[in-house]
Amino acid sequence: MSEDLLRISDLKVSYGGIEAVRGISFNVRQGEIVTLIGANGAGKSSTLRAISGLVKPAGGKVELEGEDITAKDSSVIVSKGLMMVPEGRKIFPNLSVLENLKIGAYLRNDDLTEDLEAVYGYFPRLKERSWQAGGTLSGGEQQMLAVGRALMGRPKVLMMDEPSLGLAPIVVQDIFEIIRRIHENGTTVLLIEQNANMALHVADRAYVIENGKISLEGTGKELLSNEKVQAAYLGAKG
Amino acid sequence: MEYVISVLLSGISVGGQYALIAIGYTLVYGILRLINFAHGDVFMVAGLLGIYLTAVLPIPVSLPLVIVFTVLLGFTIERAAYRPLREAPRMSVMISAIGVSYLLQNTATYVTGGQPMTYPTIPFLSDTVNVAGTQTKWVVIITPILVLILVTILSMLINGTKIGMAMRAVSKDFETSRLMGIKINLVISVTFIIGSALAAVGSNLFFTNYPAITPMAGAMPGLKAFVAAVFGGIGSIPGAVLGAFLIGICETIIKGLPSSWDVSVFSDAFTFALLIVILVFKPQGLFGEAAADKV
Ligand SMILES: Nc1ncnc2c1ncn2[C@@H]1O[C@H](COP(=O)(O)OP(=O)(O)O)[C@@H](O)[C@H]1O
Ligand SMILES: [Mg+2]
Repeated sequence: MSEDLLRISDLKVSYGGIEAVRGISFNVRQGEIVTLIGANGAGKSSTLRAISGLVKPAGGKVELEGEDITAKDSSVIVSKGLMMVPEGRKIFPNLSVLENLKIGAYLRNDDLTEDLEAVYGYFPRLKERSWQAGGTLSGGEQQMLAVGRALMGRPKVLMMDEPSLGLAPIVVQDIFEIIRRIHENGTTVLLIEQNANMALHVADRAYVIENGKISLEGTGKELLSNEKVQAAYLGAKG
Repeated sequence: MEYVISVLLSGISVGGQYALIAIGYTLVYGILRLINFAHGDVFMVAGLLGIYLTAVLPIPVSLPLVIVFTVLLGFTIERAAYRPLREAPRMSVMISAIGVSYLLQNTATYVTGGQPMTYPTIPFLSDTVNVAGTQTKWVVIITPILVLILVTILSMLINGTKIGMAMRAVSKDFETSRLMGIKINLVISVTFIIGSALAAVGSNLFFTNYPAITPMAGAMPGLKAFVAAVFGGIGSIPGAVLGAFLIGICETIIKGLPSSWDVSVFSDAFTFALLIVILVFKPQGLFGEAAADKV
């Protein structure tokens, strides 16, 4: 058990009495890509937002390397090594591309040159545009910027909320290729997706969320060949 | 000609003083989308602090202390009256701001007994100097220079430092800023501190030209500065500064028109007419952003 980097136990989130997340437990081990898949409104974002301190969980526990970080202030959670790529990218449109990257390292005080080079290595286009305002980038470039920004925080776990949302299929391919490379270079990834096909192919392990509860879990391969998953999430697109 | 120069000079000077107040409005609006109605009264309190502190301490000590205490006041107002309402509807915060405004005015009335208080003579501000053949006070010369210096420092802070970057990020998106590890409340406090410090400097300059301070003395300059901020595009610092200079100059010109024309009493009304005209043609103000928060 001790190799669990991130452990979520019986997490609950409610909005004014309406339970969006109803007792979710899962774990992410060092070096894994774990994915949570589920339909719109299943409670995926709420789960991530509770982990990163944006919403107070109604119950349950979040532990990073054995340390309880439940409902801590976001800045504390970031400082412990959890960085999130939010749903909808949410880059800062008024900051330059370079500043958007630097702000991902807001809590760091050391030299950023190496990390910037690494991010530009993944996303050469960001380097060409480093002086442009973030808001002038295309959707795909903004997603890359959002991922790069999170990497600048040197996360122990990189959490991504639907990075493929609203992007052209070819760009989605790029994004997943990058996720694979980031993972190969040693970053542990918690990936949330509606694009089950892509996510399950890249993931070591996966959980299916339905109505705020985990309904299935297994390795990426197991879930890809699971009949229920095929019917519900891989159907037409599979 | 000399008359024209002296009118222009004093217009620039008044404009600079409005600018120092207007920056406080525009900074706070930029981050909290809050019109801080208490800001003009903070400016008035800074004036009163100037009176009380210079009475007991030498000027090189008392003027910096005025800034320190005004900063503390601005900081405390945010902590006590605005922060607890962070999740509340914006209208509630607005009402809280109006409440603070009256609290400051009433407290000033209580402390001063409602009597106009004579502002001290600060030698290097009120001594006269000859410029282009006209006699004027040093404050008229010093104000625009000081404004220029302070605005330059402020833009360097906002565009070139980490906390400035955080301020720009927070002004766009609280939640994502938190995901970067930024402490929102700290950034907001810094904003109030800067705004209050500039208002304190502005009050020293402004009240040097006025014989006395009443508890209402912050209302009109506060309102003008607010208009300047809206005029320039609220949230924009260059906009607020430019707007303030324009308003200061226009108002002084109208006040300076020949008395036989009998228009000088309308100088305040003119300010607002000007604002309305600008906003008809440019609803976002001079440098305001088009519709907010497009993705
Ligand atoms: N801020 C909120 N206030 C009220 N209800 C919310 C809020 N955010 C999400 N919900 C509700 O919680 C449920 C789960 O939403 P979410 O976590 O965003 O799902 P997903 O990311 O899986 O699409 C949905 O029914 C959604 O309407
Ligand atoms: Mg979601």
